[in-house]
Amino acid sequence: MSTATEPVRILPQSPANSGSDSGEGQLLEVSMGPQHPSTHGVFRMDVVLDGERVVRLKPVFGYLHRNHEKIAEHETYLGSMPYTDRLDYICSLTNNWAYALAVEKLAGIQVPERAEYIRIITAEMTRFLNHAALIGFLTQDMGASGTPLMYAFRERETILDLFESLTGARMMCNYMRFGGCRVDLPAGWLDQAKKFAATLPRFLEEFERLLATNEILMARTQGVGVLSKEFAVNAGVTGPVLRASGVNYDVRKVDKYGIYDRFAFKVPLGEHGDTYDRYMIRLLEMHESLKILNQALQDIPEGPIVDPKTKIRGFRPKPGEAYGRIEAPKGELGFYLISDGTANPYRYRVRSSCMMNLTVLEDLCIGHNVADVVVILGSIDIVMGEVDR
Amino acid sequence: MFGEGILKGLAETARNFLGSYVSKKRLTTVQYPEQRLPQIEAYRNFPFLVYDGDDWQQGLRCVSCFICEKECPPKCIIIEKSTDKKPDAVGKLQFYPKVFNIDVSVCMSCQICVEVCPFDAIKMDTDFELSSTDRFSGLLWDKKHLAKSNEHYHKIHPTEAAAVDAQLAAERAKIAAKTKATAEAKPATPTPPANANGAGPNAANQPVPTATEK
Repeated sequence: MSTATEPVRILPQSPANSGSDSGEGQLLEVSMGPQHPSTHGVFRMDVVLDGERVVRLKPVFGYLHRNHEKIAEHETYLGSMPYTDRLDYICSLTNNWAYALAVEKLAGIQVPERAEYIRIITAEMTRFLNHAALIGFLTQDMGASGTPLMYAFRERETILDLFESLTGARMMCNYMRFGGCRVDLPAGWLDQAKKFAATLPRFLEEFERLLATNEILMARTQGVGVLSKEFAVNAGVTGPVLRASGVNYDVRKVDKYGIYDRFAFKVPLGEHGDTYDRYMIRLLEMHESLKILNQALQDIPEGPIVDPKTKIRGFRPKPGEAYGRIEAPKGELGFYLISDGTANPYRYRVRSSCMMNLTVLEDLCIGHNVADVVVILGSIDIVMGEVDR
Repeated sequence: MFGEGILKGLAETARNFLGSYVSKKRLTTVQYPEQRLPQIEAYRNFPFLVYDGDDWQQGLRCVSCFICEKECPPKCIIIEKSTDKKPDAVGKLQFYPKVFNIDVSVCMSCQICVEVCPFDAIKMDTDFELSSTDRFSGLLWDKKHLAKSNEHYHKIHPTEAAAVDAQLAAERAKIAAKTKATAEAKPATPTPPANANGAGPNAANQPVPTATEK
């Protein structure tokens, strides 16, 4: 970027805004992003301001478009798996799972029990690290430079080490396969994971003490960016953002995909739908994730990790279509596939949770200050890799 | 009291700061490159070609069947097949790759080439300090650069390499037993060694081989 300052221009006075109570009646159009540190990636917002208050906001995305869906139509089914890692690059394992689930539905593949457990363990670890990192980023957006973020990243690093010893990569795991997982848990992994899970309650306590009653955090988030129940449902918002508005909708409970019906966990719900609720929902969901994680680590059976009938080479599902969806840390992540009986999908579509949640940004921001835009955007939890695909 | 929450948070920060003087576990930073963490065994970064024996040109397991080239998601593998056959490490006549290039500026270390290879010829390396001053030829690795010995594979992934060796030995024993059985059954008509079993070069020409692996 050649200029560090954003272009600023004064809009001509229009009859529509002449009646505003700012006295001056002039609107300022500011382009926030795409290389703004608060926008979580290459994301731009065209904000129209009346003084400090936001009058209009237009999200502009597409800067990170990589043609994921079209590329996938020219790849084999397996060949798309490493690309799904790069959608929401913080939680690659849940992306893998959503895609594997769609293909398994399409081809009618059964997953062995042990693989289901491994999937749940990795997915809940992913949810944990995503929420921890998100709270860190959110407080970073509010000006808490680094401390909560670094605390979160310390735990995240431990989880990533576990992922690395299991899958071979910290972030681009490429681990799930159709009908199971790629490799079995290495020796000693379960003990390591159990030991790690035992340290997590302490981390959560510490994290809560660090932030939950912080007056600055409360002042910046309570009553900011309220998303009403009805509007959230109508806008297709999913995930923690929807549940913060008080709608009880969790794909883990609704679909019971995998073996989620075997685990006892609660779905935390918010009351007000403001940014503070969205923050607290993440914290509570981390507690619930930990519950699932402990149960899964306890109950994991021995057995095969992949359906022996699935072929790696020459995988051609019967013609048909399937939609597989999971509760990714950011919301409902779905893959829609149409097969025409060849080795490549005829159509491949990603239902991105981040992008759907991002569409309500304008409605959350109108009437708030510019500084709140950053906080509201942080609380929606987007990763541009998935928004733009 | 207003500000209580902030003070509580600051107490937590202070505890962490002071704790770092007491417990080494709280100091999580590693001073790379002076200090290094032990390598995690499963770690993978860019593929290499395995060869048996001492001579990398003779010992390459690759028979240039083009499966990895076809399955590679970003299409970073370039293979040219030989027109003649050469004996491999166990003396069987095989096609070999005349050219085998991997463009590591495109490769994303997804390991799919390793999974689809029916000959266990390509495996994942663990080297990550790979900076080059030449972005064209420095990042297009040829056969010579890619060839690494089976001992190297044993060194970086011991568990996996032992399993692969056991599997290969079992396959070879099975083939040897079969050849012996056919030779005993038809002692009058000696068959040329290359066609003694169908698993070798003929299978390599098919786009989707099913014979070598279950």
